[in-house]
Amino acid sequence: MRVLVAVKRVIDYNARVRVKPDKSGVDLKNVKMGMNPFCEIAVEEAVKLKEGGSASEVVAVTIGPKAAGDTLRTALAMGADRGVHVLEDGEVQPLAVAKLLAALTRREEATLCMLGKQAIDDDSNQTGQGLAGLLGWPQATFASKVVVDREAGRASVTREVDGGLETLSLKLPAVITADLRLNEPRYATLPNIMKAKKKKVDTVTAQELGVDITPRLKLVKVEEPAKRQAGVMLSSVKELVDRLRNEAKVI
Amino acid sequence: MLTRRVAGPAQQVGLAIWARAAGTLAPPRNTEFALLQDSDLAVFDSILGSGGVITDPHEVDPYNRDWMGKYRGRGRCVLRPRSTAQVSALLRHCSARRLAVVPQGGNTGLVGGSVPVHDEVVLSTGLMTTLLGFDPGSGALTAQAGAVLATLEAAARERGHAMPLDLGASGSCAIGGNVATNAGGIRLLRHGPLHGSVLGLEVVLAGGQVLDLLSSLRKDNTGYDLKQLFIGSEGTLGVITAVAIQCPAASPATSLAYLAVPSFKAAQQAHGVLQAARQNLGELLSAFEFLDRESLEVAKQFLPGARDPLPGSDTVIPYTAQAPFFLVVEIAGSSEQHNAAMLEAFLESTMGEGRVLDGVVAQDSRQAGEIWALREGITEALRHRGAIYKYDLSFRVEEMYGVVGAARERLASAYPSGFLGGGAGSTAGSDTEHALKVVGYGHLGDGNVHLNISAPRYDAGLEALIEPWVYEFTAAHSGSISAEHGLGRMKAPCIGYSKPPEAVRLMRSIKAAFDPQGILNPYKVLPPE
Ligand SMILES: Cc1cc2nc3c(=O)[nH]c(=O)nc-3n(C[C@H](O)[C@H](O)[C@H](O)COP(=O)(O)OP(=O)(O)OC[C@H]3O[C@@H](n4cnc5c(N)ncnc54)[C@H](O)[C@@H]3O)c2cc1C
Repeated sequence: MRVLVAVKRVIDYNARVRVKPDKSGVDLKNVKMGMNPFCEIAVEEAVKLKEGGSASEVVAVTIGPKAAGDTLRTALAMGADRGVHVLEDGEVQPLAVAKLLAALTRREEATLCMLGKQAIDDDSNQTGQGLAGLLGWPQATFASKVVVDREAGRASVTREVDGGLETLSLKLPAVITADLRLNEPRYATLPNIMKAKKKKVDTVTAQELGVDITPRLKLVKVEEPAKRQAGVMLSSVKELVDRLRNEAKVI
Repeated sequence: MLTRRVAGPAQQVGLAIWARAAGTLAPPRNTEFALLQDSDLAVFDSILGSGGVITDPHEVDPYNRDWMGKYRGRGRCVLRPRSTAQVSALLRHCSARRLAVVPQGGNTGLVGGSVPVHDEVVLSTGLMTTLLGFDPGSGALTAQAGAVLATLEAAARERGHAMPLDLGASGSCAIGGNVATNAGGIRLLRHGPLHGSVLGLEVVLAGGQVLDLLSSLRKDNTGYDLKQLFIGSEGTLGVITAVAIQCPAASPATSLAYLAVPSFKAAQQAHGVLQAARQNLGELLSAFEFLDRESLEVAKQFLPGARDPLPGSDTVIPYTAQAPFFLVVEIAGSSEQHNAAMLEAFLESTMGEGRVLDGVVAQDSRQAGEIWALREGITEALRHRGAIYKYDLSFRVEEMYGVVGAARERLASAYPSGFLGGGAGSTAGSDTEHALKVVGYGHLGDGNVHLNISAPRYDAGLEALIEPWVYEFTAAHSGSISAEHGLGRMKAPCIGYSKPPEAVRLMRSIKAAFDPQGILNPYKVLPPE
């Protein structure tokens, strides 16, 4: 069974996000970038499936500019067997990403697609669902546990839902998206980082894959959230009641 | 050879004093100090207003206990001024009445310096937290002494700069306390000690006089550089009320590696990792820390959320599972790509030569944060484990780990079972949580080792086995008995192991010039006369 795992290069979750002065987007100049944390979890799960004998090969895929190649190397250092880099400098929206991944899934004859549940830059939470739709495959999103039964050709996926756990049984091939508690991604060790340098990475373009990636959504503007006002310490309950009544006018 | 210092302390302070003061036993109360009266509290109230004076025993208690749970004073009152003028008025009263005072910042000090020994009044900078200014041109940051280091770090980061120091207690310690202890920490390797980065200080002297040395000039050679005396004075010469400090520009890109090395020698020796790092990473190198396997085990067991960065190394390369040493190497530069290329080339060569067995490179800030949390969390993990005998020593880098091995041998022969005899925690032989444990970690690049002996409880017999042996060992190897934590109460009687009598005499006269009545942090830093 071949697993295709998608990885996205995003702004580091600790980096300070600055909106461009013209509100056309986020300023990414000199900002620390790294693999989307949910993608990291997807890679870890795919590698575990291989280590556990359920998968025979893990192919990591990224879509983005040249620098996204670093993210692909990280996936390879974590244990993916080879990589495919869809080289695109411009904006690629979730639907286009899903189409590219669908094309690659067919080309690579993958039986399972692993993705993060969302990317922390745009928080769209659409790619996995879109991919399943385009392929006509069953999907299990927000996975917190994945068990693959190769013989039965099924995957059992546990999801955290409001008020408890839900377990789905899917017929493979399928699409699974990873939630935070699925696993704890491993560190890339030195020997594996070195090995990763020698692993094969194919570079393709959307055009070569026959996919139209023209944006369908128009971004109107990006704004910073309003600044929260600092709290005030009050000295007594009396003062609190007074303020609630006369200032906030809520009681 | 500097072994002349070995003979010093015994002659100098006398064995009787040694035995009394070196232990956790308190030196006797100096009866020249006044006892706190209700009338004093009334004066404090009138200076500080409501909320400024704490006398409720429950609320006072945490100010009387040190971070390790090793020392406990009997102070009855905590003063919490908000301004320099209030500090000045308080000290004027205390000196007029001859009331002893302990300045206290975040109370994270590790040598018992920040809490009363007897009934000293605690003067806390907890409410003096205002950021007074930041000069974007020079990076000079000015703040009240009680500002918490992590808060200042965040403020500097907002402005594209970084504080020149960082340490495991950054979320609680105050900049005034950092200056008063001349704290070192993980950035000293890159930015040097506080003696270089502190630009100016405002200090209130024992009599209440305000000494304004709060210049933020980079260069100022007018007369004696008095501020230097307060850096590392541990609250004995004056109360620091404000600090001006040079903040370097923040490096846009940092990279972090965690490495397993086969021996301490491989880490530092002539052809070791440290030297290779100095040569090949040069100006990029920003931290070079180490922990031994025992430290790692304690952190894994007692630090919530700690994670072994190399858990699977036993399956990949069998012997790394038993690697005795680990290094945390950080580089900071202006370009992510350049960093990565430099670090990888360096790691490839050191690993190729067998000096590094295995390692990981943090792929994002989360992983880097986890690795730092592990290294910086050892101190806290040890506290969760139980009592700690903590020795903050410096040596020539080549010799710095020797003391850890020597301590292990010494304990092993005195306690062959690995456990303290008698009392709590002595029972179950297999309960490793109660075993004596000797760990070593610290700032390798600066020759600073933290030797920690972890025990189920504080024990006089164990202490007598370690002290003064550890100080004698240190002096015999020309080391310092206090690399960065200071002397405080714990090591005041031991100063002679690292400083000659003439120096101690001069220190006494400096103390007398600044604080003639000796009311500021008595029983600390200098040995009893
Ligand atoms: C988890 C942990 C990790 C640590 N790591 C390091 C490390 O890497 N490097 C290092 O050097 N140290 C380290 N330390 C110890 C270090 O000395 C303190 O963390 C810090 O510098 C002390 O600051 P504080 O505000 O807590 O001072 P306190 O503990 O409150 O006081 C320390 C001393 O300074 C005096 N003092 C405090 N404020 C003032 C003031 N305003 N004016 C005059 N005197 C004052 C006190 O009287 C006392 O003698 C660590 C401590 C902990 C708990």
